[in-house]
Amino acid sequence: MSEIDASRAALPSLVSIRDLKFGYGGRKIFDGVDVEIKRGQVTTIMGPSGTGKTTLLRLIGGQIKPQSGEVVVDGRHVPKLSRQGLYDLRRRIGLLFQTGALFTGLSVYDNVAFPLREHTRLPEKLIRNIVLMKLEAVGLRGARDLMPAELSGGMARRVALARTIVLDPMMIMYDEPFTGQDPITVGVIMKLIRQLNDTLGLTSIVISHDVQEASSISDYLYVLSGGKVVGEGAPDAMKTNESPWVRQFMQGAPDGPVPFHYPADPIDDDLFGMVTA
Amino acid sequence: MTMLRNLGHWWLGIMARMGRSLIFLVQILFGMHELLLRHPREVVMQLYSVGVLSLLIILVSGLNVGMVLGLQMYNTLVDFGAEAALGPVVALSLVRELGPVVAGLLFAGRAGSALTAEIGLMKATEQLAGMEMMAVDPIRRVVAPRLLAGIISMPLLAAIFSAVGIWGAYFVGVGLLGVDEGAFWSQMQAQIDWRDDVLNGVIKSIVFGVVVTWIAVYEGFDSVPTTEGVSRATTRTVVAASLSVLALDFLLTAMMFNK
Repeated sequence: MSEIDASRAALPSLVSIRDLKFGYGGRKIFDGVDVEIKRGQVTTIMGPSGTGKTTLLRLIGGQIKPQSGEVVVDGRHVPKLSRQGLYDLRRRIGLLFQTGALFTGLSVYDNVAFPLREHTRLPEKLIRNIVLMKLEAVGLRGARDLMPAELSGGMARRVALARTIVLDPMMIMYDEPFTGQDPITVGVIMKLIRQLNDTLGLTSIVISHDVQEASSISDYLYVLSGGKVVGEGAPDAMKTNESPWVRQFMQGAPDGPVPFHYPADPIDDDLFGMVTA
Repeated sequence: MTMLRNLGHWWLGIMARMGRSLIFLVQILFGMHELLLRHPREVVMQLYSVGVLSLLIILVSGLNVGMVLGLQMYNTLVDFGAEAALGPVVALSLVRELGPVVAGLLFAGRAGSALTAEIGLMKATEQLAGMEMMAVDPIRRVVAPRLLAGIISMPLLAAIFSAVGIWGAYFVGVGLLGVDEGAFWSQMQAQIDWRDDVLNGVIKSIVFGVVVTWIAVYEGFDSVPTTEGVSRATTRTVVAASLSVLALDFLLTAMMFNK
């Protein structure tokens, strides 16, 4: 066991996923997935598009239930929680959606203040101070009066991040935070994820398929493919991983265990009339 | 055989949908007390959005319907020398039927479609899922204030429609065609019964308000979260709410005015 693996093993788990099985209709998404998210770490779940990375976040957040297996968050079995129990847990978990999911009818300020107004009885003056501090943390205090339609994609994600941390959660889940962003915004988001995790003592789960960005801010990586975990380890170890699945993904090879072609009948059959469309 | 199976499948689908919408309504009603205690301002904002913003179409339509009704009724009544009965005839038509029904149809088209589109788009842009993940129940926070605003707005809009319609008929009958003003108002006062006519009309408009808004918010919440899905849900709202208003009007009329 390497030094990194040993120190990781000593950390307590915040999220434990064991033998997770899940699918839509007849299509299997997860077929026996095991994932351990350690407290205080930034863990990235990577994998090709369509492997169910976002679905994994929804399972951790209790938005959907697994067909079998365990999803334990902070010692609580998420699929077995009552609605109230689930809401209690969610107050301590933040999810940053890919789109930001800001309320389009509310200003930046009101979006960030929303969870405080819903879950606390704090006076408006104190809410103002908290909101401005959170906006300052993401560099958008000056944008507090703007409406979501007036924000760029990167700014919208940063506002959503301020909203996510406004209740001081124990864990934040990021769904594809770098997708579709310019290099400067990617850099800002990377810095924020790492900085917030370390300064606020959070645990972070990042869903991404951006290998370089995710590797540079993560303590641990998981690679999902074909419904299973095909590789895991510290970012440096993953770069030299022997698994052909991991190698294809980390090097961005177009063909390999994840085929270039979607399954189909032989092309000769298709072109020369053996199969009718 | 296939046709029979498809018919059964279609029917089961409708029944399942009705069951889900009923559970949805119960969930909304359970959250109503919390809404009124914690978010009265949200209800006021929705009253503006659903009710006040529907005023223009209600006012213009009410005035037009009243004027046309006044003209048509005058042309018929004058043949029998009964033009003095224009007031009660117009008022009965509007208060009992046209007020609640036409206002209900307009409400379905203006406010119902807007509600479905708004909630559907909130779903498509993950705003509702975001709320869920913030431990805020979107049914209580988003849907309940809109339903309550619809239920409060609809009878008020129907009353305004009837009042403006009567004024339109007065303008045509008394102002342009020379019907006696005293006869117009006094006969109306004598012939219209508060309980049988006005109250029954108000009950109709409350029922239409509940049904139209219920359909609108359910369709939005249950929509497929895509552009096409929201578009289809909006169309379904207008069609289902309009047909429901017409069908319920017949049922309620049969129950209220059957002698």
